[in-house]
Amino acid sequence: MNSLSRRKFLKISGATVVTAAALAGSAKTIVNAAESFSKKKGLEIIPSYCDLCFWKCGLLAYVKDGELWKVEGNPKDPLSNGRLCPRGTGGVGAHTDKERLKSPLIRKSERGEEKWVEVTWNEAFDYIAEKMNKLKINYGPESMALFSHGIGGSFFKHMMRAYGSPNETAPSFAQCRGPREVGFELTFGDVVGSPERTDIENAKCIVLIGSHLGENMHNTQVQEFSKAVENHASIIVVDPRFSVAASKAKYYLPIKPGTDIALLLAWMSVIVNEKLYDVDYISKYGTGYEQFTAEVSQYTPEWAYIETGIDPEVIRETAREMARYKPATLVHPGRHATWYGDDAQRSRAIALLNALLGSWGRKGGFYVPYSYSIPKYPYAPYPELKKEPLDNPNGKYPFATGEQISTGIREATITGKPYPIKGWFIYATNLIQALPNREETIKAIQNLDLMVVVDVIPSEIAGWADVVLPESVYLERYDDLNASPFREGFVGIRQPVIDAPNDQKPNWWMAKKLGEKLGLGAYFPWKNVEEYLDTRLKLKGHSLEELKKEGIIKGESQPIFFEDGVEPEFLTPSGKIEFYSNQLADAGFDPIPRFTKHPEPPSGYFRLLFGRAPVHTFSKTQSNPLLRDLFSENELWVNADLAERYGLKSGDKIKLKNQDGVVSDPIKVKATERIRQDCVYMVHGFGQKSRQLRSTYKKGASDAELVTQYKTDPLMGGTGMSVNFVTFEMEV
Amino acid sequence: MPRYGMVIDTRKCVGCQDCVIACKTENNIPEGYNRDWIVTESHGKFPDIQMEIRTERCNHCSETPCVSCCPTGASHIHDVGGVVLVTHEMCIGCKACVEACPYDARYIHPDGYADKCTFCVHRVEKGEKPACVSVCPTYCMHFGDLDDPNSEVSKLLQSRKWHVNLPDAGTKPNIFYLV
Repeated sequence: MNSLSRRKFLKISGATVVTAAALAGSAKTIVNAAESFSKKKGLEIIPSYCDLCFWKCGLLAYVKDGELWKVEGNPKDPLSNGRLCPRGTGGVGAHTDKERLKSPLIRKSERGEEKWVEVTWNEAFDYIAEKMNKLKINYGPESMALFSHGIGGSFFKHMMRAYGSPNETAPSFAQCRGPREVGFELTFGDVVGSPERTDIENAKCIVLIGSHLGENMHNTQVQEFSKAVENHASIIVVDPRFSVAASKAKYYLPIKPGTDIALLLAWMSVIVNEKLYDVDYISKYGTGYEQFTAEVSQYTPEWAYIETGIDPEVIRETAREMARYKPATLVHPGRHATWYGDDAQRSRAIALLNALLGSWGRKGGFYVPYSYSIPKYPYAPYPELKKEPLDNPNGKYPFATGEQISTGIREATITGKPYPIKGWFIYATNLIQALPNREETIKAIQNLDLMVVVDVIPSEIAGWADVVLPESVYLERYDDLNASPFREGFVGIRQPVIDAPNDQKPNWWMAKKLGEKLGLGAYFPWKNVEEYLDTRLKLKGHSLEELKKEGIIKGESQPIFFEDGVEPEFLTPSGKIEFYSNQLADAGFDPIPRFTKHPEPPSGYFRLLFGRAPVHTFSKTQSNPLLRDLFSENELWVNADLAERYGLKSGDKIKLKNQDGVVSDPIKVKATERIRQDCVYMVHGFGQKSRQLRSTYKKGASDAELVTQYKTDPLMGGTGMSVNFVTFEMEV
Repeated sequence: MPRYGMVIDTRKCVGCQDCVIACKTENNIPEGYNRDWIVTESHGKFPDIQMEIRTERCNHCSETPCVSCCPTGASHIHDVGGVVLVTHEMCIGCKACVEACPYDARYIHPDGYADKCTFCVHRVEKGEKPACVSVCPTYCMHFGDLDDPNSEVSKLLQSRKWHVNLPDAGTKPNIFYLV
């Protein structure tokens, strides 16, 4: 496939247009090229929204003489307030990354060998359509599963539903925030959601349990956290590692990993026993409080000390501190919550502590979010599903509702039960790093008749695909509208600000073209994405033209706190905040969270913890030249005394071996006082092994590779991943 | 005549490097180089640790060893705001200023000249803030006229405790860190 860029294309005279268009694979290229950005002179400032993570901040792209210069926050956008995080500011590098996928590829040797033939889009779609049609005949449409992360997946979700498959998932549930949503929903009848409904900026006391805001750069939250610091909010940080947030804290509690529920129970016992809770709030909105107090009052700080290592007096003092500022005390629910396999119960304990403090629905706690809902496109009804989703057969995990369990689909792909999965369509999620136990992922992949990966870079998961489809990056494409639930309703547009450099295409175009090949053209009645977006916006009395101008349209502001007139509503079975959960009791689980001891590392081993760096998202930004320039490989945080005992200095390279004998790639040691001695820590997303991505190849070590063990949450199927132990391999 | 300076609140800074990336895109800094950077200093024994996070760059000092050592006059004090600048065309890349700067704020650009923070004077002269200040998601950076007692930076210095980097170097730096 010729990778003739549009810029070169324009230089070719009109006489060669037909040839060039044929090379580019589509007559549509002519239309795009005619509107090409590269023709424009001078400075253009175009609004859009970011895709460096899922927060979807509004941005302004500065395009100078047809070249992308810089990206700033859109001051009209309520998520960014005109300021992006470092990843968003580095978004230019997503466009300029020289290692991007350039044309569609079809595998020409064994899976995973990363040997490809460049093909035209037409050839790629023919190949996929033929296989998908065969799968439909032989196994039914439900034998295809979609793994999709981010808003860019919305057109593929539509395509798969039109095709007839109910199986659609993302690691963001069972490998990330799923337990949190389940724990909060069981308690308050509603999820925390994304962006989190946390009123950090008005909080007078903020409790972070393992959540490392500041290293975790969810933009609005970090901006609000900074305001809270300025306002002298009392900050309590619970973390085995002295995080950036810990350096801003009044109290730092260096907890033993795996014992958070013990601390939460002890805090609740102090608040209950000293009658520090919000009496009115609980009597108005709570149920099961008597059973709850009878149980939690037994968990003394002295009992918790044995488990957590936290001084009982500090436990008492911090509990009183939280109560002092209630209801403006926010016990943050965190986001990546899949740690030890009892995570939904830990999240429920966090929810219950917030309930005691009366912070749900209150200023300085949790606000009630609004969405500026835009009607869906008026599609024809989808075909009736012949089979149920198979991620959670027979409701094995009874509280996994709303979203599907990615690892459940993986398991079904391996076992063929309850019915065979023979095709994976993967959009923008590197399952090699996102799912625990890589061997199981590869075993599942080997059972497939078809694996398609849509990505912007040759990611590790793309290396296993049969067909790789190169997507244009967010700055080069339209996507669906963003109307995230937030403090105020709003809708944001993602629109192209610059041409894709090669033959990359937007997801909506791929979904439509492939859909047409699959005989699903009736589900793609719109001519192009502009028509699709304009249709949706007009149903709300707006237009695409209007939204494109400033990038954001805001709804009317509404009250977001109970005290400002929001009618409290709890969509639990009782209609109240459930201190005692009959739902859980009926399903055979603890109706009130209990602490269970987790295995501890054997002698000479350390618990492997992982987290985030401010300049990277998952394993998808490591090749971005701007971000890579500042953070190109991860380090292993080792307590300074421990490092000395092993003769390790900062900068030394070692390998890690886990309990199952899996050995990592070499990683540099960071000997530091900022971590306990029973655990080590690294930033997630490194140690990548895609041979097509030279800039990230074996840079640092992969935590995911060492996560061979995982503990499944019996409530909702989440995979607790902080249950792996590693030892040092000194010979590198 | 203003004297430009920065006041940076270390309590709020999280060290995210947004300032570094914004500088790189604003000023087209080549890969492998940067005009500003993050310093994280921690003291103490786990778990009793004090930590300061700072964003650093050229201090645009009032006493300038980098200017006085320059053999060609490329390194100079700009006629507005006391901003220390390098005229690329006049610079011969001799590195005298790189050696003279106690803050290690200068580097030799691949095109052969000494390069450093300009306080984004091209923006400031249009009434905008330096790129690093304008992007910071924690709002920890403040820019303004230190000689104007009513400026935001002057007021912050009057009301908060602060320090400068290497006060003993005798350079009279114009970047101040709130603690």
